[in-house]
Amino acid sequence: MNEREHLIDLVDIEKTFGTSTVLSNINLFIRRNEFLTLLGPSGCGKTTTLRIIGGFERPTRGDVIFDGKSILNLPPYKRQVNTVFQKYALFPNMNVAENIAFGLKIKKADSRYIKRRIEEMLKLVNLSGYDKRQVTSLSGGQQQRVAIARALVNEPSVLLLDEPLGALDLKLRKEMQMELKNMQKKLGITFIYVTHDQEEALTMSDTICVMNAGVIQQMGRPEDIYNEPQNVFVAKFIGENNILDGVMRDDFWVEFAGKNFVCVDKGFARDEAVDIVIRPEDIAIVAPGGDNLAGVVRNVTFKGVHYEMLIESAGFVWKAHSTVMSQSGQEVGMRIAPDLIHVMRKSEYSFIDALPETLVERAGLSNAERGVYTMPVGVAASSATH
Amino acid sequence: MKTRYLSLPYLIWALVFIIIPIGLVVYYSLTVEVDGKLIFSWANYKQALTPSYLLALWRSIWLAFVCTVICFALGYPIAYIMASREYASKGFLLFLFLVPMWMNFLLRTYSWLSILERNGFINSLLRLLSLPEARILYTDKAVVLGMVYNFLPFMILPIHTVMKKMDSSIIEAAQDLGANGRTVFLRVVFPLSIPGVVSGVTMVFMPSVTTFIISKLLGGAQFMLIGNMIERQFTESRNWNLGSAVSVMLMVLILTSIAIFTVVDKDGEGGALF
Ligand SMILES: Nc1ncnc2c1ncn2[C@@H]1O[C@H](COP(=O)(O)OP(=O)(O)O)[C@@H](O)[C@H]1O
Ligand SMILES: [Mg+2]
Repeated sequence: MNEREHLIDLVDIEKTFGTSTVLSNINLFIRRNEFLTLLGPSGCGKTTTLRIIGGFERPTRGDVIFDGKSILNLPPYKRQVNTVFQKYALFPNMNVAENIAFGLKIKKADSRYIKRRIEEMLKLVNLSGYDKRQVTSLSGGQQQRVAIARALVNEPSVLLLDEPLGALDLKLRKEMQMELKNMQKKLGITFIYVTHDQEEALTMSDTICVMNAGVIQQMGRPEDIYNEPQNVFVAKFIGENNILDGVMRDDFWVEFAGKNFVCVDKGFARDEAVDIVIRPEDIAIVAPGGDNLAGVVRNVTFKGVHYEMLIESAGFVWKAHSTVMSQSGQEVGMRIAPDLIHVMRKSEYSFIDALPETLVERAGLSNAERGVYTMPVGVAASSATH
Repeated sequence: MKTRYLSLPYLIWALVFIIIPIGLVVYYSLTVEVDGKLIFSWANYKQALTPSYLLALWRSIWLAFVCTVICFALGYPIAYIMASREYASKGFLLFLFLVPMWMNFLLRTYSWLSILERNGFINSLLRLLSLPEARILYTDKAVVLGMVYNFLPFMILPIHTVMKKMDSSIIEAAQDLGANGRTVFLRVVFPLSIPGVVSGVTMVFMPSVTTFIISKLLGGAQFMLIGNMIERQFTESRNWNLGSAVSVMLMVLILTSIAIFTVVDKDGEGGALF
């Protein structure tokens, strides 16, 4: 059998509502049996992308290819995808079993078969015995699972999930993440999953597609996204990071924080201005002196597994994680291994701190997070000691 | 117990304008006047159950039923279309359907009189086209027409409201699960609109079955609906006791039919159309 590797291709998708462009230049592919996550801040166009795949929205430009054929003109009810909607969208006039049976009844499936499938599905989503319950009497988590069962019972090639765990509390969300991931593996269905929670995306996905303001920022495996963010937006969105201005002096040689460092990057122009991203857990706290970056600990917060420290060094406040406790006011040294220095070309996001507040908020960055990088030392220091 | 004080005006209102009048009507219906004194008697009800009254009652129910069916057949699609995405922004269209409600009820009905009468608008038009004249005025048709015209907004409004409130993602979910337009309507939209239909039907049927003005103006002096019978007892015949008995009978009939209707609707709520 000659199976195409790509199940779905979005080709040059552009979507405008009135005068506002919501998606532009969206090119992405989804492999068979892949768990792909669209990750991005609220309003970046994730739902719109999903609706275009589901057939509820028509792109202004571009094409949607399913298994080699364009499905642009196919109405939703003829597409081989099923959706778990953001607000569940269960039928309030039907009970749990009737909701799940909906798709099968439309296909005029045999009633004994429907009955069996309902039971299987309820078991799969851990709701056995709930078949006669009214959906309006269920909790958010239970409604969510009914919505998943209602979609999965049709054995779709692709399941679209729009922030399906958004309304659940932390514990249930973690459980459901595991369950969903297991279901996806067991059933061998392609999942396209939308979330604004980077941790959720990192733990569940085979591939992550980071979006912002209607544009794909980076696509890749979770490890790649996490370890090699392509620009400051991705770096900031995917985790807490130290982001500094740097200059690429030569191949494998970068200058930042007033010092020269050996790095693993090359191919930049000589003296090209770059962004340097260093993750808090990649900073080793060592004794001061020698070639290390010298700094003073300004604040220590216990975070469970590690201590989070704010360390002031030459006018910049670093965030570092360490399992060893240091005292506030203590002088320390910081060492960064060459392969943990992430060098990135300058992009439109390099100046994100200078952008209007609303844009930064849309990027999902709180002021507190930003403060670490931009606060004048005096302010950072005084807030750190309180 | 602040809330108790707050409900006091309503309780007084209900007592003065609802409970006492109904009590009086029941009292009148169970008495007859003998030598200027009211004494207890079933005579009014006996008379209210004679064929002439039952016939008028039957006729009222039948015409109200026809009117309700027509209002539903016209009003449902109008409400549905007006609530759809294409028309959601065109509020003035719905407004056009509701504008007649702001005009005086009598005026509206009188204007139909002049449209339908022998030398009225319709017949002038027919004559102009050298077609035979139509005799509509003073028939069942005219009465039903008048009722439909007056009560149609009461069908459209509640249905429009439930349609408007319907979550579009539920409709999309049905499409997503393979339902085409017809199936989405039959299995999701219509079942979810039933509460609107129930209030629409109630709000059209009740005034239709009790009307006496429309039947008097468009049906003519001899046209007897139960409303006209009651009115005549209270005005020309000055037999308040008999009028009260017929009123009580009609009231009981309406209340039981509403009760049955709501119970049936409760049962039907869980199921789809097929
Ligand atoms: N039907 C619509 N009409 C106008 N603007 C819309 C519509 N749907 C979405 N948008 C806009 O498109 C942008 C992206 O929306 P959406 O795809 O829902 O974002 P996300 O799911 O990532 O939060 C938002 O700014 C939103 O206001
Ligand atoms: Mg969304």
